[in-house]
Amino acid sequence: MTELLVKNACVIDPLSGINGEVMDLAIRDGKIVEEVSDAAEVVDAHGMLTMPGGIDSHTHICGTKVNFGRYMSPEDMRAGRTPRRGAMHATSGYSVPTTYGNSYRYSVMGYTTLLEGAMAPLEARHTHEEFSYTPLQDTMANTLFDGNWGILEAIRDGDTKRVAAIIAWTLSAVKGFGVKLTNPGGTEAWQWGKNVTCIRDPVPYFEVTPAEIIRSVVEANELLHLPHSVHLHCNNLGTPGNYTCTLGSFGLIPDLNKKRQTLYATHVQFHAYGGSGWKDFCSKSEPIANFVNMRPQIVMDMGQVMFGRTTTMTADGPMEFNLYRLHHDKWSNHDVELETGSGIIPVVYRRKNLVNSIMWAIGLELALLTKSPWQCLLTTDNPNGAPFVKYPEIIALLMSKRYRDAEFATIHPDTGSRVPLPAIERELDWHEIAVMTRAGAARALGIQDLGKGHLAPGADADVAIYPLKIDEVDPSAEYQRVIDGFSRTEYTIKRGRVVARRGECLVDGSNATFWVAPKVSEAYDMGKDPDFIEKFDRYYTVRMRNYPVQDEYLTRSRCIETEADL
Amino acid sequence: MIVKDAVCPFCGCLCDDIEVEVEGNRVVAVTNACELGMTKFMGEKRLKNPILRVENEWKDITYDEAIRYAADMLLSAERPLLYGWSGTHGEAQCVGVHMAELIHGVIDNTSSVCHGPSILAIQEVGHPGCTLGVVKNRADLVIYWGSNPIDAHPRHLSRYTRYAEGFFLENAFRDRKVIVVDVRKTETANIADEFVQIKPGGDYAVLSALRAIVQGKTDTIPRTVAGVTREQLIRVANLCKSAKFGAVYFGLGLTMTQGKYKNIRNAIEFISELNRHTKFTISAMRGHYNVYGSNEVNTWMTGYPFGIDFSRGIAFYNPGETTAVDILARKECDAALIVGSDPAAHFPRKCLEHLAEIPVVQLDPYPNATTAFCNVQIPVAVTGIDAEGTAYRMDGVPIRTRRVLSTDYLSDEEVLSRMYALMQEEPRP
Ligand code: SF4
Repeated sequence: MTELLVKNACVIDPLSGINGEVMDLAIRDGKIVEEVSDAAEVVDAHGMLTMPGGIDSHTHICGTKVNFGRYMSPEDMRAGRTPRRGAMHATSGYSVPTTYGNSYRYSVMGYTTLLEGAMAPLEARHTHEEFSYTPLQDTMANTLFDGNWGILEAIRDGDTKRVAAIIAWTLSAVKGFGVKLTNPGGTEAWQWGKNVTCIRDPVPYFEVTPAEIIRSVVEANELLHLPHSVHLHCNNLGTPGNYTCTLGSFGLIPDLNKKRQTLYATHVQFHAYGGSGWKDFCSKSEPIANFVNMRPQIVMDMGQVMFGRTTTMTADGPMEFNLYRLHHDKWSNHDVELETGSGIIPVVYRRKNLVNSIMWAIGLELALLTKSPWQCLLTTDNPNGAPFVKYPEIIALLMSKRYRDAEFATIHPDTGSRVPLPAIERELDWHEIAVMTRAGAARALGIQDLGKGHLAPGADADVAIYPLKIDEVDPSAEYQRVIDGFSRTEYTIKRGRVVARRGECLVDGSNATFWVAPKVSEAYDMGKDPDFIEKFDRYYTVRMRNYPVQDEYLTRSRCIETEADL
Repeated sequence: MIVKDAVCPFCGCLCDDIEVEVEGNRVVAVTNACELGMTKFMGEKRLKNPILRVENEWKDITYDEAIRYAADMLLSAERPLLYGWSGTHGEAQCVGVHMAELIHGVIDNTSSVCHGPSILAIQEVGHPGCTLGVVKNRADLVIYWGSNPIDAHPRHLSRYTRYAEGFFLENAFRDRKVIVVDVRKTETANIADEFVQIKPGGDYAVLSALRAIVQGKTDTIPRTVAGVTREQLIRVANLCKSAKFGAVYFGLGLTMTQGKYKNIRNAIEFISELNRHTKFTISAMRGHYNVYGSNEVNTWMTGYPFGIDFSRGIAFYNPGETTAVDILARKECDAALIVGSDPAAHFPRKCLEHLAEIPVVQLDPYPNATTAFCNVQIPVAVTGIDAEGTAYRMDGVPIRTRRVLSTDYLSDEEVLSRMYALMQEEPRP
């Protein structure tokens, strides 16, 4: 039995309704409890800002394309190297750090749970292998279904239950967490070098539209009672005028779940563009935020862009090729048979560039114009908009109009006429930041009942203590203190153990992987479906028996079983 | 007993449909595998236990003694080299990286003498690729460039290209064209629809010519380029442009000839160009069944695919300086651990001369040419035969190999973990 008492913590825990109360947190065997014995180890938080461990609801940290991002970029590896020190292994990389690099840097920022945004089922084993070398966070992986042939055919046949059955079989087989649709239909079209422009174009050969894919997969997701909703990367990413496509996609979504949203729309910054080309490119954050404000069934994340170098990587292969034709640096692409694809290119977002400046503004606008912080979570779609180490700066920008204005003065001079940002006065408070970086993420992912994102008794003791006294810091004026405070915790506690202290990681965490196994009736068990098996054998290049990820790959396996309506 | 869907641990095709018949813990029959795979499953002569060279004799020693020897050798070395890794599973490769980091050593794998140039090219211009099944289901044009699958990857043609059934091809054999580009008429060239014979060292020029044609600059092309006629170049370029889905598979005939990584760079840029007209991909024919896995493991753990030098504490990478051949040729290295490879069969003489002078421990199931250079050889289980583990196919698809026999041999991972544990006990600065 191990006990820990965190004393004098100034707690913000939105899911428990605690907002800035100085209190003690008792921890036993990795869980928050009512009280501990006198023998408990004591950590004095000295009235510092204490929140549940950070949860990144959409990041790219592990798996095939992330690793290829490293593989093709020795220049990025050189940009961030640390030696082995104490319990810490050597790390490399800036925008795509090594697994240890990701894990340590997130931990030092107080993050304890990470969702890898895109895992191709066929290559899932790779993601899980890397997860086991990401020792300080719990992990989970959204699984790609955007170009899945079985699903496309079932949708063409109007059989939503079969769509659900294929998702159920696949998630269980690859130990995936949620359903990800990236440019639905577009990734399949890209395997012929084509794309879809928006939700009404038919996918070549399969003759279904993205709108049908989205609607059907959203319904199937709810039939399976998955903890998380469908996680959608809309069609037509990064194109001027694409906000209409985004609104069209949002408009397809009914409100199907009482506990959480029905759609999680990811990196919406990249989907909130106006104009008819790059010449009249402008922000359309207002119509997007207004739409979301009226639809409780939608949660989005920002996909904030920050200036500097980074690497873009996504399952949206055709988009990456188009971007490559603009930047002409280097380009990798990796299509995955019967399932999905991906692309990677390095980019530099420049202050002097008008388009980049507008992109920077749009992300902030989405967060500031969305009334409820529960509906707009803080991400950069790491590393697409920026590496996650930029989060503290983003927090400060959201909390300080003065900081935004100071930054605004350094960007392209024409930005002002294209974006509403300068007119937005809102400054978010500590509580809203806590929602956007942990509580809201936990609710959106459906993991609060599993003890994540809050500090009520029974919760996992994942705690971040920041060297910030919220009654002494005025975030509106002292934004540098906010940045410094969120960059390095005083303590990060993972499952009841102090894993990081003032920038040093002290021990390996006891990381776990969350995955979902929906229970379906015999008739919907795809493992026994003759047609499914036959197609698998004929067109995949691995045998069906060798496809599922074995238990050996999960250091600590947290399986979530659901009862499906099938 | 018949083990179905076993995974062949020989070449980068990583065929996972092998049936192995086992009787009395011996493999008696193998179905679906090619000749190379079959030989591997049927087994070769293995050492019974670790051996130590004393004077010019081999003496049997225990695993504990051998592991202690290796740990001490590495701990007392100033510039240890940990080389090989393509013939073992990912779990062992991970331990190897941790070990190299701990002792400030150099860890390198066999890609530094095979597809190292491909990796350098990818680091400059990227890599438009795909999994093998995408090619199988879609490709109506396949080009083998400087590679000869009939000899080196015998089932590549039947599982993924020439003879493979494809979802989008009615009659795959008829509807799919195969082009072979090589300096000599290989076995594979004999079954091609079009054979392009290039003069040795002419790949770069031919690729440039093809790029120019695809860009519409046909009138700049001379009558012949490196022995290939203008007419044939135009025909090939047109075949590429009019394909619905094309795939290039290149081998050491492109990476290790004149121009080296520049050839690959040119080839990748040719493919990027073709993607403006149609869909095309390009991929390396990786040799050993898990050489790609060792690149993957090294990359997620250190940031670099091969040739990683920890002597400064951080991971440092500079192929040509931090690669095994260079470190041996400069006589820098003062101890070597060889795992899952046979450098003595492939390295230049100068390197071998140095290898003969320093202490060397080899982990390998079989005695091979490198055995002659060893002080200690530790026999281990064969991944895919008597041990399980992860391997990455040439296209990056990870597969877990199956265990078909049970033996008392320790796996690479077990031996290395025990070595690493001993090394961790030593006080560190
Ligand atoms: S092609 Fe390669 S992997 Fe397949 S059976 Fe032959 S040697 Fe083994």
